[in-house]
Amino acid sequence: MENLIALLIAAPLLGAAVLLVGGRRLDAVGHWIGTLLSFVSFVIGVVLFADLLGKGAEHRTLTQHLFSWVPVAGFQADVTFRLDQLSMTFVLLITGVGSLIHLYSVGYMEHDERRRRFFGYLNLFLAAMLLLVLADNYLLLYVGWEGVGLASYLLIGFWQHKPSAATAAKKAFLVNRVGDMGLSIAIMLMFTTFGSFAFGPVLSHAGDASEGRLTAIGLMLLLATCGKSAQVPLQSWLGDAMEGPTPVSALIHAATMVTAGVYLIVRSGAVFNAAPDAQLAVTVVGAVTLLFGAIVGCAKDDIKKALAGSTMSQIGYMVLAAGLGPIGYVFAIMHLVTHGFFKAGLFLGAGSVMHGMNDEVDMRKYGGLRRYMPVTFVTFGLGYLAIIGFPGLSGFFSKDKIIEAAFAKGGTDGWILGGVALLGAAITAFYMTRVMLMTFFGEERWKNQPTRSPEAPSAEPAAEHQGEHAEPHPHESPKVMTIPMIVLAVGSVLGGGFFSIGDRFLHWLEPVTGYSEGHSPVGAWTVTGATMVCLIIGVGIAWAQYGRKPVPAVAPRGSLLTRAARRDLLQDDFNHVVLVRGGEHLTRSLVYVDHTLVDGVVNGTAAGFGGLSSRLRRVQNGFARSYAVSMFGGAALLVAATLLMRAV
Amino acid sequence: MNPVNYLYLAALLFTIGATGVLIRRNAIVVFMCIELMLNACNLAFVAFSRMHGNLDGQIIAFFTMVVAAAEVVVGLAIIVSLFRTRHSASVDDASLMKL
Amino acid sequence: MSFPLLTATAALPAVGAVATAAVPAAWRTAAKWLALLVSLATLALAVTVLVRFDPDGARYQLTESHAWIKDFGVRYELGVDGIAVALIALTALLIPFIVLAGWNDADPLETGSSRWRPTQGFFALILAVEAMVVISFEATDVFLFYIFFEAMLIPMYFLIGGFGDRAHAQGEEAASRQRSYAAVKFLLYNLVGGLIMLAAVIGLYVVAGNFSLQEIAQARASGSLHMATSTERWLFLGFFFAFAVKAPLWPLHTWLPNAMQESTAPVAVLITAVVDKVGTFAMLRFCLQLFPQASKWATPVILVLALISIVYGALLAVGQRDIKRLVAYASISHFGFIIMGIFAMTSQGQSGATLYMVNHGISTAALMLVAGFLISRRGSRLIADYGGVQKVAPVLAGTFLIGGLATLSLPGLAPFVSEFLVLVGTFTRHPVIGIIATFGIVLAALYTLVLYQRTMTGPVKPEVSAMPDLRARELVVVAPLIVLLIFLGVYPKPVTDIVNPAVKQTMSDVHKKDPKPEVEAAK
Repeated sequence: MENLIALLIAAPLLGAAVLLVGGRRLDAVGHWIGTLLSFVSFVIGVVLFADLLGKGAEHRTLTQHLFSWVPVAGFQADVTFRLDQLSMTFVLLITGVGSLIHLYSVGYMEHDERRRRFFGYLNLFLAAMLLLVLADNYLLLYVGWEGVGLASYLLIGFWQHKPSAATAAKKAFLVNRVGDMGLSIAIMLMFTTFGSFAFGPVLSHAGDASEGRLTAIGLMLLLATCGKSAQVPLQSWLGDAMEGPTPVSALIHAATMVTAGVYLIVRSGAVFNAAPDAQLAVTVVGAVTLLFGAIVGCAKDDIKKALAGSTMSQIGYMVLAAGLGPIGYVFAIMHLVTHGFFKAGLFLGAGSVMHGMNDEVDMRKYGGLRRYMPVTFVTFGLGYLAIIGFPGLSGFFSKDKIIEAAFAKGGTDGWILGGVALLGAAITAFYMTRVMLMTFFGEERWKNQPTRSPEAPSAEPAAEHQGEHAEPHPHESPKVMTIPMIVLAVGSVLGGGFFSIGDRFLHWLEPVTGYSEGHSPVGAWTVTGATMVCLIIGVGIAWAQYGRKPVPAVAPRGSLLTRAARRDLLQDDFNHVVLVRGGEHLTRSLVYVDHTLVDGVVNGTAAGFGGLSSRLRRVQNGFARSYAVSMFGGAALLVAATLLMRAV
Repeated sequence: MNPVNYLYLAALLFTIGATGVLIRRNAIVVFMCIELMLNACNLAFVAFSRMHGNLDGQIIAFFTMVVAAAEVVVGLAIIVSLFRTRHSASVDDASLMKL
Repeated sequence: MSFPLLTATAALPAVGAVATAAVPAAWRTAAKWLALLVSLATLALAVTVLVRFDPDGARYQLTESHAWIKDFGVRYELGVDGIAVALIALTALLIPFIVLAGWNDADPLETGSSRWRPTQGFFALILAVEAMVVISFEATDVFLFYIFFEAMLIPMYFLIGGFGDRAHAQGEEAASRQRSYAAVKFLLYNLVGGLIMLAAVIGLYVVAGNFSLQEIAQARASGSLHMATSTERWLFLGFFFAFAVKAPLWPLHTWLPNAMQESTAPVAVLITAVVDKVGTFAMLRFCLQLFPQASKWATPVILVLALISIVYGALLAVGQRDIKRLVAYASISHFGFIIMGIFAMTSQGQSGATLYMVNHGISTAALMLVAGFLISRRGSRLIADYGGVQKVAPVLAGTFLIGGLATLSLPGLAPFVSEFLVLVGTFTRHPVIGIIATFGIVLAALYTLVLYQRTMTGPVKPEVSAMPDLRARELVVVAPLIVLLIFLGVYPKPVTDIVNPAVKQTMSDVHKKDPKPEVEAAK
């Protein structure tokens, strides 16, 4: 059975290689090859899952050693895969949602002439993501970690003839690199601390190392998480990443890649458990991002960017939970899985809406679409109910558990974190209701006006040939797109309940992540009640603002906070002024310094010798008699010197 | 007679020759002064030969004479051809090596 | 006596160079094919060396020794250790690609000038450089090494000064002026370094009485050859200076951007990927073995200079407007990593540095040669003159991206392994330097992606709209390099296996042991 693990990765990797190297002759079938290989990987995943279920809880870790990767004295990195309950969960999520999104993309990218390449990149992403979760050591994980970064770069910049897409892709990669720096320093620290960076030695001996080192490792892992999972202060790339095609946003920037940070923290749980300061930092980052993303999500009129804010915020929940230690690990992963379902569904729904609306993304130009796109409306609606935590749907179970766990941390920290999580739930309810109302309800604002305003740069160009300024004719998407949406909607509805009844998910993951009950100062039902109150408040405010009153087609100026939130709370402006401008000045002045100073010193030396020689050259005046004088003078000097030496 | 006196004479002749080489412009005169210096050396060699009581100095003097004769042949030829091309025997006019 | 394999490996390209130069003017194509065949035959010999070399055998293998200048104790001594074998293989591997990539670079501009034979000269010079580089890697006699270390400047000088990019924005005359400036700068810098080294070589002879690397190193190790501390330090500095110029280490780097900018892409590859490696190689072989104490003494300063090279080179690469200059500064940054790895004095660092030399050779060759193909199409080196090439020439853009990704050390491609080893090796002994060096990876991403974005993405510029994609010959050059980059990224073991024993011995030369991890039990 172990030998199947490598096949999980090999299938999509083969797909990527075939599609990218194969060239134009595969254009006609490329998308089906990609989709097929993705499904192959999913099937292998299911087989392995069945195998794991058949074993006892203690024997559910499979390892496969392929070959020795970097053998250098004292430094052993192997290509070894590890399949346990945690990675199994991810494998199913990645290949399952990934396959659905492959299927969806067949329809979504139908008119794009570079569809084969798109599927090649998607397969590359699957391979890298699977490598990330299956690696048995941190260095191999790092390969997957940067691999998904590369795939993300290629896919965000897929429409790279648009400068905005190319810039967004570059930004995503660079911000991620800052995080990657954290991961590589963490690996170096592990190597100096444990002499190894394989999961086994590091995690089983984490308790023996000094707390200072563990805290340093933890903080570096947190930095890595911030980069990949778009947490404050490295969150700025996620909004821009929506430049990519919508299936990409659904798969990479909602369901899987951005949650890699949560995986990293949960996987390294043993390190964090022994480093309370690092844990505290994790919870703080999670809590801040939770609010940050939610606030940004409230202000965006671009449907994808609103969902991106929401993604940020939901991952904030997961990071917060992961920072709580054994109380929260399981729930972080559970929320991650349910979020994978409903957020992917929401993005696919958004893509479906855009598909039918000439790629318009501005929600102020939607409205009343429920009559035209019933399937999209229902699936999107179910995703919406799931994310706001409507009782019985999957978000309700997973988010509620996280809020409980936050309170259960105890002390002042617990109250603050729990309060933030509750507030986040209210804001989530608000902005998601806003998205829902602006898109599917209200008057049909798209009528009698041209779409694709020039200031909507992220509009997707696939439909350019349909006439740029024609009035849109909203229509339901083809089956190949709606089926994945339906499947994901079913997952969003049933997933949470399935996991929570009988604590199935808890028992499944506990052997890997560990679990402790925690002592909540407030009862579980009190928390649930409070969450419900928050939910109702959020929905109510949104209804009052966007449901009862007509939505203006042009955004009002808004309060100071709204305007700041529209600009991602000014973080981009800060980056621009401090990092971009500052960096430009630095490099420009360094170029100048290199030219004038470093090179100048050398050229100056050369010029000095040149000057000296041009003086000395004058002695060679061509007059034989002056040469004779110097000869006589020299001879006389030599004689005098000899005599002088004799005398002494 | 004290052989050292010959050395004084040789030094005197050499100095006269050297001064002539340095201050005269006429190539013929410069050439004659060089001969003077060579012969001053010859005189010194012979005097040393006498003082030390061996023949080495005299042998070298013969060498010098042969070299001087050869030099006269080549040197005069150069001077004559210089005079033919430039109609001047001044050494300062022949400064082709100057940059 | 067995077949002198090492001599043959160096002599073959030398003979080939003479033969290529002698090809009559009219048979230009024959000269090209001859050069290619010779370089391929040399590759075959180098592979034989690689196969015959036993990583677990004696330190120096395939040795040859003949008396040469008896009065000065100069011997013709050759021998290879694992590090040398890896670099000889790299050199022999890259030269055929350089020859192929420069296939049409040296064709005479106007046909009919029958007496002038630039094509023959170009390929003969490349082969001459190969011969000298190979013998520098093989020489275990300090004097023999010195001669070829210096002699390779002569063909390099003519390659830089004599052959440049075809179309030049400022006209042919300005181009030729800048070319000769670059060539003279290259020559003077390296000559100054070389002369200082010559003084140190003579000094070494005065102290040790012969030039044999093995004898001196053994005598030093056994204590029979005592060197005063200050003597050792001066001699070390003399050697190191020459190698630091060639490597190049900040602040002795300014010749490299000029030289790479003005020469054709294949020659630029020859400079950074092949010739400069002699500098870093010689640090490992001569500085550490001959002067272990002084090497340790100088380590802090050298590490700081290497660190400056890394960050400074990367920052300057960000600020460049010329594609080739950008690659040159990126190379300076990478040489910083190599030197840092050597002087980190850990086995990870030194193995990583050796691996880095090989990987950097391949990755720079890939990036630079594709950049050369790009430049030859548009006739401009300026980044601003490009845009949207991806749409017009997707294969070219794709290979350019892979070359760029290798330059930024993307995991899965070869340079990542070596860069990480260097970082880890440095970090275990000098954490702060290791952490600062890590910033280099962010900056590397910045300059690579900015270059890619500005040239390849965005709207198609009218000047590039008719640009043809890679031709078959160009694809033959690039594809194997890319395959190699991926292969060595996934499976670097063949190289590390050869390198590791040599590194172990170098580590014992300098009496250094790797630092122990904090938690021993975890191992």
